Amino acid sequence: MNDIGWIDAVLTAARPQAVGALLRYFRDLDTAEEAFQEACLRALKTWPQNGPPRDAAAWLIFVGRNAAMDDVRRRAKQVALPDEAAISDLGDAESALADRLDGEQYRDDILRLLFVCCHPELPATQQIALALRIVCGLSVKQIARAFLVGDAAMEQRITRAKARVGDAGLPFETPGAVERAERLATVSAMIYLVFNEGYSARSEETATRGTLAEQGIWLVRLLLRVFPQEPEVMGLAALMLLQQSRAAARFDGEGGIILLEDQDRRLWDDKRIAEGLALIDKAMRHRRPGPYQVQAAIAALHARAQRAEDTDWAQIDLLYANLERLQPSPVVTLNRAVAVSKVRGPAAALEMIEPLGPKLSSYFYFHGVKGALLQQLDRRAEARAAFDRAIALANTPAEAAHIRQHLDHLGKERA
Amino acid sequence: MLYAILCYNSEAAVGAWSKQYHDETMAKLHVVNDKLAKQGRLGPVARLLPTTAATTLRKSRGENLVIDGPFAETKEQLLGFYIVDCASLDQAIETAKELAIANPGTGSYEIRPVAELHDHKLPVERKPAA
Repeated sequence: MNDIGWIDAVLTAARPQAVGALLRYFRDLDTAEEAFQEACLRALKTWPQNGPPRDAAAWLIFVGRNAAMDDVRRRAKQVALPDEAAISDLGDAESALADRLDGEQYRDDILRLLFVCCHPELPATQQIALALRIVCGLSVKQIARAFLVGDAAMEQRITRAKARVGDAGLPFETPGAVERAERLATVSAMIYLVFNEGYSARSEETATRGTLAEQGIWLVRLLLRVFPQEPEVMGLAALMLLQQSRAAARFDGEGGIILLEDQDRRLWDDKRIAEGLALIDKAMRHRRPGPYQVQAAIAALHARAQRAEDTDWAQIDLLYANLERLQPSPVVTLNRAVAVSKVRGPAAALEMIEPLGPKLSSYFYFHGVKGALLQQLDRRAEARAAFDRAIALANTPAEAAHIRQHLDHLGKERA
Repeated sequence: MLYAILCYNSEAAVGAWSKQYHDETMAKLHVVNDKLAKQGRLGPVARLLPTTAATTLRKSRGENLVIDGPFAETKEQLLGFYIVDCASLDQAIETAKELAIANPGTGSYEIRPVAELHDHKLPVERKPAA
């Protein structure tokens, strides 16, 4: 049936707002989800005949709330409420509810729903699974497939995560400005985790795990719709869109990694790039830089370069220097060193990463970069040692294969 | 007479379309577009990026106000639109400011990046009513 396509999308789109409001009302995650589920079933029954309501989320909240109340009453052996088919156009009730959904409450409902997934005691994978289940509305089966585990294991993981969140008590008081900003930062980090879980997947897994990157983009767009004036949210959205724009160019036919500078840029997704560039432009007008904006600005410089050799490495070096100040980390310095090698040569870059050795000694990428710099300086024996170390630390066969190409290249040069 | 047909929908819902539903719907729309193009009745067709990528310039007495997000007033109506090639958002805002200087007073310009433009040309002799 043709209706199912748009109804599905309307239900998915309304879900965060509806479940968020039902959660505020019932103060229990399971009850809120069941109420929403029931409202969806009734929507599937009545919308094809009566057409969609003017405000789908308000309809679902109203019907979901009644259904759950009805359930309570039925259990108490009292009179049931009238069937909502008779009240499909909810008229005044719906518009009054829609009014109340406007503004801050609506925004806080969605933020709270996202925030309950970020409980600090939950490991990252459980936060991600919970967000996919209760915010995105993915089925346990879909989530299990994305994480490459069995359905039962995922079901258990989600149940456990929910119990933990429930035990900890949900934050229902209206947050103050400081608290809201803190929640926004926590939720942003969780959304980036969802994205990265998909984006960092190996090539042979991208078919299933790639969904996670798309869900991450869906979530950041949701956050951006409710916080349209936060430059860091714009920056995060831009960063994810610009990274994902390269998805089709990142692996070769055999699943091997293709580095940014070797990618076929015609495979990059122009629409994603346009949206990412528009968002980072918008964010930077606020003059309130943050780590996501700086990373997005770096990604934007890559996206703007027609060919790899057109890349503005000097500007990228400056942006990494900025990022080092905002978010000092040896990994950021390592990334900066790559830009430095393009601007000031491999010796300067090598000097920059030498002090990172102790901190990054077990980091695959550190030894890969070091090997490449040594190779450029023609210090072959040391380069070989660094590449060997990188292969030993590789997380995936594709990473190891990539380093092996460098080693082969070293061998050929010698011959 | 030329008519503009403006497309409205919930972008959250359209953003949640499955790939299959998206592709099917686009294919059906293209059938309509192709028919109109063959009849010489189709002008430019654009798909816009989401409103989250939009900026709005609100005219005011002194400095014009630049606001994040789409045009959201209900007391003003859509009266026309431009498609302009801009190097950056800053240039787009500058362009909107030029328009605001030429046409001061009330009103707003929503600045929205275009995702896709199919630049069909209408036959030249078909002029809009003056």
